Amino acid sequence: MDFIKPTIEYGDLWPLLVVFGVAAAGVLVEGFVPRAHRYVVQTCLAVAGVVVALVGTILVARDLDVLGDGAARGAIDVEGTIAVDGPALFIWGMLLVFGLGGALLFAERRLEGGVSAFAGQAAALPGTEAERQASTRGLEQTEVYPLMMFALGGMMLFAAANDLLTLFVALEVLSLPLYLLSGLARRRRLLSQEAALKYFMLGAFSSGFFLYGAALVYGFSGSMGFSEINEAVRDDVGNQTMLLIGMGMLAVGLLFKVGAVPFHAWTPDVYQGAPTAVTAFMAAGTKIAAFGAMLRLFYVAFGSDRWSWQPMLWIIAILTMFVGALVAIVQTDMKRMLAYSSVAHTGFLLTGVLGVQQASELADGEVTSLQAVLFYLVTYGFAVVGAFAVVTLVRDAGGEAGQFVRWRGIGRRSPLVAGVFAFFLLSMAGIPLTAGFVGKWAVFTVALAAGAWPVVIAAVLCSIIAVFFYVRVILLMFFEDDDVTAPGEVAAVTKPSVLTSATILVGVAATLVLGVVPGPVLDLAANAGQFVR
Amino acid sequence: MDVTAYVVLSGILFTIGCVGVLIRRNAIVVFMCVELMLNASNLALVAFARQHGNLDGQIAAFFVMVVAAAEVVVGLAIIMTIFRTRRSASVDDASLLKY
Repeated sequence: MDFIKPTIEYGDLWPLLVVFGVAAAGVLVEGFVPRAHRYVVQTCLAVAGVVVALVGTILVARDLDVLGDGAARGAIDVEGTIAVDGPALFIWGMLLVFGLGGALLFAERRLEGGVSAFAGQAAALPGTEAERQASTRGLEQTEVYPLMMFALGGMMLFAAANDLLTLFVALEVLSLPLYLLSGLARRRRLLSQEAALKYFMLGAFSSGFFLYGAALVYGFSGSMGFSEINEAVRDDVGNQTMLLIGMGMLAVGLLFKVGAVPFHAWTPDVYQGAPTAVTAFMAAGTKIAAFGAMLRLFYVAFGSDRWSWQPMLWIIAILTMFVGALVAIVQTDMKRMLAYSSVAHTGFLLTGVLGVQQASELADGEVTSLQAVLFYLVTYGFAVVGAFAVVTLVRDAGGEAGQFVRWRGIGRRSPLVAGVFAFFLLSMAGIPLTAGFVGKWAVFTVALAAGAWPVVIAAVLCSIIAVFFYVRVILLMFFEDDDVTAPGEVAAVTKPSVLTSATILVGVAATLVLGVVPGPVLDLAANAGQFVR
Repeated sequence: MDVTAYVVLSGILFTIGCVGVLIRRNAIVVFMCVELMLNASNLALVAFARQHGNLDGQIAAFFVMVVAAAEVVVGLAIIMTIFRTRRSASVDDASLLKY
């Protein structure tokens, strides 16, 4: 067998390489820069890396080659392993914007009184002398920035991977840093460590399923590449049972990552236990990357077999929406409530995913399911990053106050912050004139056009249920009396530094603009075109 | 060459690993069972590579080994921190977050 020298298209891939390069440089900074300067160096490096990669993504997107009939733009690079096409670059752009927000939230030091929200020394046991020393000396764990950059690079690779092996490696590159980051909270370290353990155990379990599914699909088709798998599926070679089992197991791995029922059990625990900055980054980033990978896998590799997987997604989408919306009603913790609402949003996004149709079945100018899902991810990302950023502000002596009772009457003491939070909640609920409404409308339309009306009816019902628990929080903030509780029991809004304020401000602005004039971003998603095959 | 026997063996190993994750309590043992699942996948990949006569599956097996090693590093670090805090590696004891 001859060895063929691989060609690597650095011109298309450099935004991705910048992110990984900055992550590796961050590790070196940990080794060589004195402790006192690390915070500044790491923050600047991470922010600069994300901004350069974002500019690079825009530059690469501007001169993509148009392929064939003009439906897709882009190229398949590195011997068929990475697809740099319109949807991939759109997702890269989103990930980098929310990664920037994440980096700014990571760097926030004013809320904890001069230190970051991460454990001063992760190895020091909670409640021991070593931990007290670490906190009195003001130690900080600056490794979180390289970890975040590795996770971000993994997410970008995950959405662009064009063969099963790259997909698996990217899945691990994005997950492993997130497992560690979830366990690094400065306050409530037992909860944080428990979240890391649960996330890791279940994540490793699900990636075991994913890998065995990949092996079975490889056994069916004889190749790891998506286009070769697609050919094998279309020509119906090999053992059909093996394909179906493999497809199902791959779906388990991906549905775990997006947090769909019945693989959602980790979501509330990890969202609640992880440091809130990590939760914000992870809630937006993982969902975007995993939906990007799921769309590519099911549309490109298994597209010709969609009658096999669409019914499965119908059931999972309906279950996910109902479980997410109903269980969110009984929550009493803000982060946990947002976690269950994110489960419900996964269901709405799946409604868009199953709305796929042949290009010939689409009316002229109709929204495609890919376009709808991408737009929904933009709206959801801005709202969820903003909402978790607001959660970091509401604090008492013990750190963040997540309990609902602590939020009573906060709207009367800090109307601006509570108003902003209410706006994010309304967007998640899908109230008109917010971005969430346009996103929901888009995914419901494509599902309806594909004939999935039972799913759409379930989705509308769940949206109504969801409005209930979002509005309940708004009532709690603005209309409930806080006199009944003792003075110390009510949390106050801490004034953040410009880092968190900027993140929240961008979130509000984007949510408002996308709700009032969604056209430009919808056009951008439409211009991204289809996946290259 | 007929690889059915190897694929069946990999299926059995995967099932043992999967059942182990679900019924064992010690975090280290659970983790070992996950590794067994990954190794079962490796066996299947290599068997299918033999059947199809190409190298994709064998190369994938190498990547999976590297990824599994990386996962061990992260996993043992997390299990060790929680063991030092709680003096227990039982996955049932970590139950502060629920409902």
